[in-house]
Amino acid sequence: MNKDIYTKPFFKNNPITVLVLGICSSLAVTVQLKGALVMALSVTIVTAFSSLILSLLRNSIPNRVRIIVQLVVVAMFVILIDQLLQAFAYDTSKMLSVYIGLIITNCIIMGRIEAFALGNKPWPSFVDGACNGLGYGMILIIVAFFRELLGSGTLFGFQVIPASWYIENGGWYMNNGLMILPPMALILLGCVVWIQRSIQKDLQEK
Amino acid sequence: MNTNSNLYTVIYTTVLVVIVAAILAFAASALKQRQQDNMDLAKMKTIMLAANMGQNPDGSVDKNADFMKLYNDHIGANAFAIDADGNVLEGVDAFKDIDLKTQYSNLKKGLDVKLPVYECTMDDGRKVNILAMYGAGLWGAIWGYVAVEDDNETVAGAIFDHASETPGLGAKIAEPAFYTQFRGKKLSDAGQFSSVKVIKGGANGSANGVDAISGATMTSKAVSVSLEQWLDAYKAFLTGKAAKKECCGEGECDGQQCCGECEGQCENEPVNTEKDE
Repeated sequence: MNKDIYTKPFFKNNPITVLVLGICSSLAVTVQLKGALVMALSVTIVTAFSSLILSLLRNSIPNRVRIIVQLVVVAMFVILIDQLLQAFAYDTSKMLSVYIGLIITNCIIMGRIEAFALGNKPWPSFVDGACNGLGYGMILIIVAFFRELLGSGTLFGFQVIPASWYIENGGWYMNNGLMILPPMALILLGCVVWIQRSIQKDLQEK
Repeated sequence: MNTNSNLYTVIYTTVLVVIVAAILAFAASALKQRQQDNMDLAKMKTIMLAANMGQNPDGSVDKNADFMKLYNDHIGANAFAIDADGNVLEGVDAFKDIDLKTQYSNLKKGLDVKLPVYECTMDDGRKVNILAMYGAGLWGAIWGYVAVEDDNETVAGAIFDHASETPGLGAKIAEPAFYTQFRGKKLSDAGQFSSVKVIKGGANGSANGVDAISGATMTSKAVSVSLEQWLDAYKAFLTGKAAKKECCGEGECDGQQCCGECEGQCENEPVNTEKDE
């Protein structure tokens, strides 16, 4: 199996920063690391398993309805994840609200199925789906790290910036309110793309 | 086999959809009880928080509190539903049967409403009534509970939550700095029944006003308006009960307090006239 399947989705062909897919959800769920992590795992599970299933079915799927078949399988996994979160992680599920359901519309999933799973064997498809989900998750975590740290002074809900630094406790520090609003996620995402393009020169347009 | 024939396509999609539906139906029914328990627990948590239970001294949520135990110990079966005239409705389970969203739309349309009241016995034996509220915030629903002391005038505590208010601005209604302000506020203004108001620009220690959240004018206003709507619906329950304590007897009025039996004979009747302009 080609080694590129493992490495490309993380850097060279990252779904968010290079393919620019899945932007909406990365703006919406990155206020806190916990939400970003759960979202990253959910998307990884959905892409990995729907790629696996559809790769197994790839020779039997009627070509004219293949997008619908893909949607049905993806939707099934998304609803399962949503139900499981509601049953076992109620607070997180409430925090992510509609964004779990909206994984169905995440372009990364359909994109990987169309571009890879329908033309490859099950195991490479599974790995490709999982790595793309993780590549997406990685960017989510990076953005959420800065947003939670600078916006709320916490990481995973734990206070990291000492309480005594805050102005209300006689210090000099204040949380940046802009960080918790979606526009800042877009700006941070832009910064990540900028850093990547300055390292990986072949992405720069002439 | 020709995977492009019509028959094949129809059979294939039908079988696939049936399988997927079966899996989802199984998952939904297997997890239903757990999901319902989670929802109930979340509701118990908000109700108990309104009565300042399960909180740290600064008003933030105590992460170790067992809200189900708190609810069962302090409220248990003492929850009932009332109508807008303050009469207790028989056969309605206040916790399970009342959907605040439905009641809110009835309230706005002027239809009959069912209002939940949770009678909570505090650790020191005094009783507080926890009342519900629900309304429309800037982006989505807001809801909350207000605990009223047994004088039916003093607010013991309050809690608010929201579906999708702006993080860092309107979402602050769910933070201790906002909701702890309601403690000790009065549901009266110059002897008249009045809701607690959320005042833009600062309440300056007003007995029935709290500070609005700066930058979140619309959400603050929504809390104020919804609270007023709901407390107005609860007014008969609250004021009726208060009046009975100093009941003036049949057909008589003491000029200040008027009980249910007076049937509107009082001059300067203090109740029920204020907000119906």
